[in-house]
Order: sequence, then C-alpha cells, then structure tokens
Amino acid sequence: MTWLSGRRRSVFDSTLGGLLASPHGASYRLMKAETDRGTAREPILEFRSAGYRLPNGRALLRDLTFAVRRGETLALLGRSGAGKTTALKLINRMLDPSEGQVLVENKTTDSWDAIALRRHIGYVIQGVGLFPHFTVEQNISLVPRLERWTAERTHARVQELLDLVDLDCDQFAKRHPHELSGGQRQRVGIARALAADPPILLMDEPFGALDPLTRGELQREFQKLQHRLRKTIVMVTHDVGESLLLATRIALLEDGKLTGIYSPPEFLAAKEPMATAYVANFRMYEEAERANEHD
Amino acid sequence: MIDFFTRHQHEIMQATLEHIWLVGVAMLLAVAVGVPLGIIVTRHPWLSKPILGGANVAETIPSLALFGFLLPVPWLGERAERLVIVALTLYALLPIVRNTSTGIESVDAAVRQAARGMGMTENQILWQVELRLAVPTILAGVRVATVLTIGIATIAAAVGAGGLGEFIFRGLAMVNNQLILAGAIPAAALALLADLVLGLLEQRLRPARQ
Repeated sequence: MTWLSGRRRSVFDSTLGGLLASPHGASYRLMKAETDRGTAREPILEFRSAGYRLPNGRALLRDLTFAVRRGETLALLGRSGAGKTTALKLINRMLDPSEGQVLVENKTTDSWDAIALRRHIGYVIQGVGLFPHFTVEQNISLVPRLERWTAERTHARVQELLDLVDLDCDQFAKRHPHELSGGQRQRVGIARALAADPPILLMDEPFGALDPLTRGELQREFQKLQHRLRKTIVMVTHDVGESLLLATRIALLEDGKLTGIYSPPEFLAAKEPMATAYVANFRMYEEAERANEHD
Repeated sequence: MIDFFTRHQHEIMQATLEHIWLVGVAMLLAVAVGVPLGIIVTRHPWLSKPILGGANVAETIPSLALFGFLLPVPWLGERAERLVIVALTLYALLPIVRNTSTGIESVDAAVRQAARGMGMTENQILWQVELRLAVPTILAGVRVATVLTIGIATIAAAVGAGGLGEFIFRGLAMVNNQLILAGAIPAAALALLADLVLGLLEQRLRPARQ
C-alpha cells in the first residue's frame, strides 16, 4: 500500500484529484482496449426497452435502453428505490425482465443458462456477503472450485488475487471473515468476484458500508485495478464522487426510468434538474472547503 | 445403595444399553426425517403451518397415550420396541424440524445473495452454505430432542420395550426406592452425558463469528 502513503488528504480532495484524472484515464483506456482487441466499440451489455415489475404489478424499472461497451465503467446513479439494484440484477439473471430484453455478449439473458451467466460475471455486493464458515482462501476460490479447476491452478490464482488487492497471502489466506476489518473484507469480496477472470463485473454499492477514509483508499486502489484489468464494470452507487472518480459514463435513474447518460464532464455541465441537483450537492463540500480557507 | 448397584451391575448395564439403543435409533430416524422436513419448510412456506403444526400436536400427546394409540397399528403393534421407537421419533421431531428451518432462515441475506449471484446452484447453496451454517442450530435441536427422549424412553417399559424404565416400574410396584433409583440415576446420567457431548460438538462446529 506504499502508493497510498502521503495521500491521506481530505476525502473531498482525493475525489477531486480523481475527477481531474478521470477523463484522461478513460480515453487512455479506450485507446488501449481498441489496439488490444479492436473491439472497444462493441457493446458487451445492452438493455433494450427492458422493464421489470413485481408480481403485484408495481413497475420497478420502465423502458430502460442503453448499451455498455467493452472496457467501460458505467455508474448507475440515483436515489434509493430508483431501480439501480433491480437493473443490475437483470444483467446476471438474478431477475428476468418483464418487458424488453437484456443482452450479454449479444445473447439475451434468457437464452443464457443462469448459472453459466453468473459464473461469467463477477458480482460484488454491499455488505460483501463473504461466507463466514470459509477462510479467505476458500471464499476467493469459490467459483474456481465450482468450475473444478485443479488445486494448483486455484491456489496460484488465490495468491495472484490477494496480491492484486494488496493483501499479504501468508497473513490472510487462512483467516476467516470475522478476523478482517471492513476494508479488508471488501478487498476479499473484490478478489472473489475476479477469481475466474470474468469479463464483466457487477458492483452493488461496493464501498457503501465503509468509513470515508477506508472508502477513499479502496476507491483509489480500485481505480488502479480498472486500469490494469480493463473489465467492463456496471456499478450501482448513490455517491456522485464515486461515480465521477470511477466511471467512464454515468447513467442517472429516477423512479425506474433513465433520465440520461453522461460522461463525467457532461454530467458536471448537465442541465437536467436531477443532474444539477447531484452536482450542487457534491459542490456543497467544495464550497465549505473554500469558505473555511478564507477564514 | 452402592452395594445394590454392584450386585445388579449386569442388569443395570443391560437396561442402559437397551435404553441407549431405543433412543439412538429414534434419534437417527428423527434426524433423517426432521432435517429434510425442516428444509422443505424453508422452501415452501405454505407447508410450514401443517408440518410444524403436526409436529407440535405430536409433542402434546402424553407419552402413555401415544403408546396406546400406536398399539393397534398393524406392523408397529407387533413388537414393543418398534412402537416405542416410532413414538420417540415423533417426540424428537419438533425441535429438529424447527431448528433446521430456523438455522437455514437465519443465514445472512447478503451471504445467500452473494452465493446466488456467483453462480452456485440451489443445491450447492443448500449443502455448502445454508446447511453448513445451520449445523450448530440443528445440533442444538438434536440435543434438546435427545435429552427429551431419554426421559420419555423410561415409559417404554410400560409397554414392555425394556430400558431403564423397567427398574422404575418394578420399583414403583414393589415400593422399593433402591430399584427406582437404579433406573432413574443412570437415565439422568445418560441425559446429562448426551447434553454435554452434543453441546461440545455444537460448540466445535459453530463457525466463528463476531
């Protein structure tokens, strides 16, 4: 965690730093991905007028249409109850759309086998959901073991992943989740989701339950990870700073409907009332900081 | 008293073994039936009322009456042990069914959601996550049921199934306290021992939590 030292400035400051770096990061990533595979423009995820209603008829999501390109990080931003988590669950078939379609790698989700689809997509949730009776190693190696990897390959992968999320293998592999701090647990959760090297990662408020400092640390580290791994990521959040820091595009949801999709600079300049409300809320801290500097 | 125990050592041992056999077989049956029933209750909530209600009713029937009810049942009535084992199984059922479903239902929702989201099948979630985390709770149910049936099994002697109840019933008939104690003390010791051993097992299998 050496690169973190000397960076423990205010949370706002670190978010702002990321905000400035983000557009460059995004274009770099797209360029790299294009030269690597020539597939950067290809949508890997697509919502086509997708909607979801509860058995009692109440619509949680209506007419959602957007595409996510390979290597992109899309933040689903909105209030609690706006349908963000529902949209996420439509992607890995935790829920099936009641209207329209959701496509993963150009195949509608209902033509995927649900189990195969879920193992193909990494999944990180708030509260992590680590198995309390498994060690860190067993937690991380869950999908590889389900997929019947050999013991050596699984073990090597666990070491690699612990390394990736900056946890010492000798120290942490044999620990149980209750012996970890919140931040360490979240790291293990991310390592677990990456275990079978899925091309897509779904994250449901991954850093929501952490204290602000730990959250900032993990967000920055995660940003580095994104640059290294170039996964396609869909992330549910209600944190504007997090969206601006980590996302290449921000989808704003309100009452189960898509209000708009913006790049971070577009979002900051957007005129839609929801977007301006979020930005104003975010800038509140900036103003507070400025006000204090003048004193 | 001690003298009496040493003199009848052999018979007491014999009765204790019979007692353990009756309770042991009944408990194996009760686990084999009760755990699946407990799982069914969590999968089909509408079955929860009839299953738990049924087990509850069985629990409330006085044991002597239950032996009496089962007596005319064709295959069961033929041999006292069969009848007693089935009756004891019925008594053991409620705590096991209830604790199995409680244990499964108390698994953290985030854990279950993560398991599903990472592509575990329903069976894998049941065996590798839910049941594994429910084991201590299920064992607690088995423990309660075992202690309960060890006590009830003393009444088995009333229908001629043997066990430590033999001494108690003979003692009552002959107004002989020594004889009553020869049945009651080993039965109590057995119950305490079962409680202790299963309690230790439960503790060992409890996944460490905060």
